[in-house]
Amino acid sequence: MPTPSCLLSTRDVVDLYFMEHRAKLLDIAAFLDRLDRAAPAPSHAADGHDDVRVRALRRAIPLLLDGAPDRVRRILELLSDHSRDPIAAAHTQSALGADPRGDY
Amino acid sequence: MAYIDPHIHMVSRTTDDYRHMAAAGCVAITEPAFWAGFDRGSPEGFRDYFRQLTEVEPKRAAAHGIAHFCWLCINPKEAEDVGFAREVMALIPDFLDRPNVLGIGEIGLNKNSRNELEVLQAQIDIARRHDRLILVHTPHLEDKLKGTRLTMDALRDAGIDPGRVLIDHVEEHTVGEVLDRGFWAGMTLYPDSKCTPQRAVDIIECWGSERIWINSAGDWGHSDPLSVPKCHVEMRRRGHLQALVDRISLHNPAAFLGQSARFRLPG
Ligand SMILES: [Zn+2]
Repeated sequence: MPTPSCLLSTRDVVDLYFMEHRAKLLDIAAFLDRLDRAAPAPSHAADGHDDVRVRALRRAIPLLLDGAPDRVRRILELLSDHSRDPIAAAHTQSALGADPRGDY
Repeated sequence: MAYIDPHIHMVSRTTDDYRHMAAAGCVAITEPAFWAGFDRGSPEGFRDYFRQLTEVEPKRAAAHGIAHFCWLCINPKEAEDVGFAREVMALIPDFLDRPNVLGIGEIGLNKNSRNELEVLQAQIDIARRHDRLILVHTPHLEDKLKGTRLTMDALRDAGIDPGRVLIDHVEEHTVGEVLDRGFWAGMTLYPDSKCTPQRAVDIIECWGSERIWINSAGDWGHSDPLSVPKCHVEMRRRGHLQALVDRISLHNPAAFLGQSARFRLPG
């Protein structure tokens, strides 16, 4: 077993944080339900189900239960642009939350 | 308990925020130059902003017993137009000798474009020529990993001592590389992006407390100027000692910022 880096016992961690993360889990479920209930996207816009952000989210969720450590780091890496060279020009100032060219 | 918030944009905050921060124990802040939420119409807009950072905010902070220091630059969001950026950069040396200016920041990348990188390199060069500290902004979300690496490479190529650079907004996928390469790392506590107080304490537990600090980066967006003391509560409820809180929020920032002779804690 690795040396514990968190001073709390496993029991304390559950007691302290369970409710907060139960609520966050339900928020994810509600978001996916809302997406299913939503009206189709207008003809000029891409369907929300196929949006790269939703596809990335669906790829990230199984990492929570794959039994391997460093879940946060691995999810952040999944959501990251892994190219190495600067892009030719910035056409927007904002970021999306998932790599628009990612293979999700 | 005394603490430093080493990254907060007070030009976007109210006097009430100063009052609450002082009551929570804030004794010093450092304010990097950043994007105002819109692109300025002319380089002269930056001259006024630099006057605000060096003349107006120190007085507002002093009224609450808080020492105010700042960093000057053109931020990466307004760096795509290199000609415009060069006009702004030409203003910086006029302000560098003002008493509360610690260095160049928050410079870095936003979309990781060639022009942003060119402006970043030019600003690293200003810091190098004037021997000033550097505060680095790393990009948001999917652009952070790539932008953090490109920025660290640019600093290395310019021959900058990593011990004089703070790389801000680190998360779990960048903190290890930043610390391994000898830089200082900043964690920004935001409600929706970057780090929550819980994750910041996780990072301290996993990566240690050397060369690392926390900040609120409070600005005009969804942010909390009291997130630093709230993160201290998170540390204490996990059983961490006050000595660790002081290390993260007082001794570490004082050690990094104290490399500039201008940085002084009040009293
Ligand atoms: Zn900032």
